Amino acid sequence: MKLDNATIDKIAHLARLNVADSERENLLKDMNNILNFMEKLNELDTTGVEPLIYLTDSVNVCREDVVNKEITVEEALRNAPLHDEHYFKVAKVIHKQ
Amino acid sequence: MKTSQSALHKYELVVGLEVHVQLSTQTKIFSSDPASFGAGPNQHTSPVSLGLPGTLPMLNKKVVEYAVKMGLATHCHINRENRFDRKNYFYADLPKGYQITQDEAPVCVNGYIQLVFKDKEDKKIRINRIHMEEDAGKSMHDKDPRYSLIDLNRAGVPLIEIVSEPDIRSAEEAAAYLTEIRKIARYLDICDGNMEEGSIRCDANISVRLKGAETYGNRCEVKNLNSIRNLQRAINYEFQRQVALLEAGETIGQNTLNFDAATGKTSVLRSKEMAYDYRYFPEPDLQPLVLEDSWIDNLLKSLPELPEQRIARYMADYGLSEYDANLLTIEREVAEFYEELITHTSNYKAAANWTIGPIQSYLNEGNTSISELPVKTSVIAQVIALVDNGKINNTAAVQQLFPALIRQPETPVERLMHDLNLLIDTNEDELLQFINEALAQYPDKVVEYNKGKKGVLGLFMGEVMKRSKGKIDPKTANKLMVQKLEALK
Repeated sequence: MKLDNATIDKIAHLARLNVADSERENLLKDMNNILNFMEKLNELDTTGVEPLIYLTDSVNVCREDVVNKEITVEEALRNAPLHDEHYFKVAKVIHKQ
Repeated sequence: MKTSQSALHKYELVVGLEVHVQLSTQTKIFSSDPASFGAGPNQHTSPVSLGLPGTLPMLNKKVVEYAVKMGLATHCHINRENRFDRKNYFYADLPKGYQITQDEAPVCVNGYIQLVFKDKEDKKIRINRIHMEEDAGKSMHDKDPRYSLIDLNRAGVPLIEIVSEPDIRSAEEAAAYLTEIRKIARYLDICDGNMEEGSIRCDANISVRLKGAETYGNRCEVKNLNSIRNLQRAINYEFQRQVALLEAGETIGQNTLNFDAATGKTSVLRSKEMAYDYRYFPEPDLQPLVLEDSWIDNLLKSLPELPEQRIARYMADYGLSEYDANLLTIEREVAEFYEELITHTSNYKAAANWTIGPIQSYLNEGNTSISELPVKTSVIAQVIALVDNGKINNTAAVQQLFPALIRQPETPVERLMHDLNLLIDTNEDELLQFINEALAQYPDKVVEYNKGKKGVLGLFMGEVMKRSKGKIDPKTANKLMVQKLEALK
């Protein structure tokens, strides 16, 4: 599979990244290299091999339904670039959901 | 928009619902901060629900239990092997940039919900799947002139999403289905059922097709329907809109729509081309969840008696109609009230009529719950017995005695009946006197009766009621009246 500029634009949009025209060429080359590497891996016959999702064999790692308040409102808001006493502030979201 | 009735009759409505039910656990689905509603903004957060880097989610056992309970109550198959997936999208109230949900392996599949109607046959609505997921936070766009404000109290609150098959064919069925889900969730005590607070939310996939067509039409998804009434309004509006488009030779765009409760209309939120690309993939931060048969069996045994089973029992044991039994079981508390009431009376039908009639009306008017009804079940049973024994007529009991009992629940029934002068103490001579007066007043109607027009009996009875101020036993009065009229022939 060969990537083109349209694909770069789509992926950049999904990741909410602005890609300058000057960056495109290098990005295209890098991403095509990655895909080529993947194609190499695809040469391996993986019939009957389950995809690896988890790195350990543990299952059912759960907790009880018990409240534990770890942080205060001040702490919650502290790292946000913009906030008041109560809320996080973000750029006005135009499209209303 | 006007579409002719004949055009509408050519088409069939097809609806599938996605219902989000907020689970009433103490804590969130993947972290220990409180899941309850009503705290001040951002008071219920944790490093996990804020999506801070390096934090790891940990599944709340109770969420699994509640989801499986819902599945068992709706005849679903419970998947033993579960995992979670990431659904990726950017929105300011979704801190991680993805929602943890179940995509490929939902916990419950292939169930159904049985709908009961008064004047048509029962109908099964199939459930495609029920999966567990986390809620997003809340954005406020109109509180600040320059910024959107974000409250993350709701971020990470547990939800189950119940997805139906497109089996719904009318707004009425959609309403009944949503009511049923709410009812079951409340019986199971897994959700408070409060739609105004958003505890149950609904998206509707709506399409139309010519009657008899095999394939479905293009569907539109209407988002965020927050009440049963709005669900019905949106469906009816979309049916008309889509039929009008097809009749005009146009096609239906496969869009995501927003319903405006103020105007009653839908508008395009996203077109198909703008549809999100969610790029689901397995959530590697949560280990798989494997459910043991024994654990599921224990949950099954712990389920309370559900509305469906209760309806069957009321019909079999108390001889109630399916419709009445259904009304009695809409709220678990009402069903429990009824069951307490019939420990005091064996007139099951009258007990049902009282519960779904005057008592329910009283609750609806005052917007209160049955646990706050001031009148004891034993007292209602006493009133039923008085009606049965001809001591008071039913209308007077409902319209006068019952309101008095609500005002003065501590006063003995006999005392109230005496004070209100409701006791039927008219002897047969007095009753005959009333009857004679009534017949004398309408001699022409007597003639009509004799010609076979039995309908005039109601007029005579009304007159007798008026003259006696309701203090007669209608059954006796009716009998004597007929005797009298037959004698006059």
